[in-house]
This record gives sequence, C-alpha cells and structure tokens, in this order.
Amino acid sequence: MKVGLEHYLIVSALLFAIGLLGVLIRRNLLVIYMSLELMLNAANLALVAGSRFNGNLDGQVFVFFIITVAAAEVAVGLALIVALYRKRQTAHVEDLTSMSN
Amino acid sequence: MTAHDALFYIFAGLTLVCGLLVIANPFSRNPVTSAMFLVLAIASLAGLFVLLNAYFLAAVQVLVYAGAVMVLFLFVIMLLDLKEEQRRRARSWTINVLSGAGVFSVAAILWIFFRSMKNSQLDRSSVAVVEGATLPLGQLLFNNYLLPFEIVSVLLLVAMVGVILLSKRDLR
Repeated sequence: MKVGLEHYLIVSALLFAIGLLGVLIRRNLLVIYMSLELMLNAANLALVAGSRFNGNLDGQVFVFFIITVAAAEVAVGLALIVALYRKRQTAHVEDLTSMSN
Repeated sequence: MTAHDALFYIFAGLTLVCGLLVIANPFSRNPVTSAMFLVLAIASLAGLFVLLNAYFLAAVQVLVYAGAVMVLFLFVIMLLDLKEEQRRRARSWTINVLSGAGVFSVAAILWIFFRSMKNSQLDRSSVAVVEGATLPLGQLLFNNYLLPFEIVSVLLLVAMVGVILLSKRDLR
C-alpha cells in the first residue's frame, strides 16, 4: 500500500495520544512539559502532511509559527518551574497540592 | 515498496518508539533519559518532514527543537537536581482509565481527520508536489503572512521580558 496522507495522520494521532498519556501518568513537571512538546509536534506533523498532500504551503507557514510560539512557551514555562522550585524545593506535581480542598 | 515508503516506516516507527520511551521508560525514570529520547523523536520527525518535502521546516525542527529547546530543558534539569520520581504501584482502575483515554483520543482524532478528508473537495491524486524550500516559504511568509510574522516577533519580546522578570531572585 502506497504511503499517503492517511499514514501520516495515523502517526500524528498516535504521537498525540502518547503525549496525552505522558501528561496523565508522569509526576515530574519537566517530563510533563516534554509530553506537551510531543503533542505540539504531532499537530505539526498533521499540518505538514496536509500541506504536502493538498499542494499548498500555507500549512508549513503555520507550523513555522507553531514552532516559534512553542519555543517562547518553553522558555516561559521553564522559568516558572525554576521559580516554583526556588519557593517550594520541588517539581513533582504530588507535592503541589496546596490548592486542593 | 519504494524507498520513500520504507523510509516512512523507519522514521514513523522510530518517532513512536522514542515518544513512548520519553513518557514510560521501563529502565529509567531519570528526566535526562526522557530528554534524550525526546531529541531522538524530534530528529526522526525531522526525517518525516524531509519525506514530505518540507526541507526548511526539517532544518528548523532540528535547530530550534533538538538544539535550543532541548538545551534549555537539560539545563533546567541539571540546575534543579530533582529527586528520583517514585515508581507508583498502578491500580487496575487507573490502568483502565488511562488506556481508555489513549484509545479514545486516538479514535476521536482519527475520526476528525478522516471525516474532514472525506468531506474535502480536493482531488488528491492530481495535486502538484510543493517543495517547502527556503525561497517559496520565505516569499509566502513575507507577503501573505507579514502581519502574523510581526506579531510573533512581539510575542518573542514579551516572552523574553517575562522570563527575565520571572527569574529575578526577589519575586514579589
């Protein structure tokens, strides 16, 4: 079977599910952040595949913007994690329950 | 099977296996290992981008993600000196809920994808092959998408100022 748009979309969906499960099962904030990156990359793959098989470049420009925003988001998020670590000496989500109850 | 198809299966398998090892590595819970497998997953995604003729994006993916973002991640991991993540005994209902969530998300995403593909008017057998090289992408970026481009530059500035403010020692 020739590799077409369907194959790339299935890979993208599986990668997104892996990222989602990573957010659900891991307790380390940094690994949760990496799983978020995986989900963003899955969306990028779907956009690039759509752009290739529809014959226009707009999807790739969109991916370009997503990569830029993701870089900014990672910088801000990691700065938040470092600030949190300074205050609470932890980056594990089970230790950050002061807002529960 | 052509070389393109074989390369697709290699890169797709590598991406998925490395992605799985990022979130659930049976040998190590160390975040550095997760970061290294994330680098591998991102590099094989860049390979998939090359197969899709998105050459510029493949280069940007390696430079920005595997380069800048991962260096930032590793820097913070080594700065924080985290204690080992506890391996929790998984309860059976947790496993059921998680596998349900995974299957549901894959099914929902694929349903959206394939329904929109069925509804699209495009005849995909006769589509011209576009090459995402630097020149056509740059022309598109600076003609049709000039305003978003400028807004993104402002966003980067805002992020930079925000990060500097957050990293100050006396955070009030």
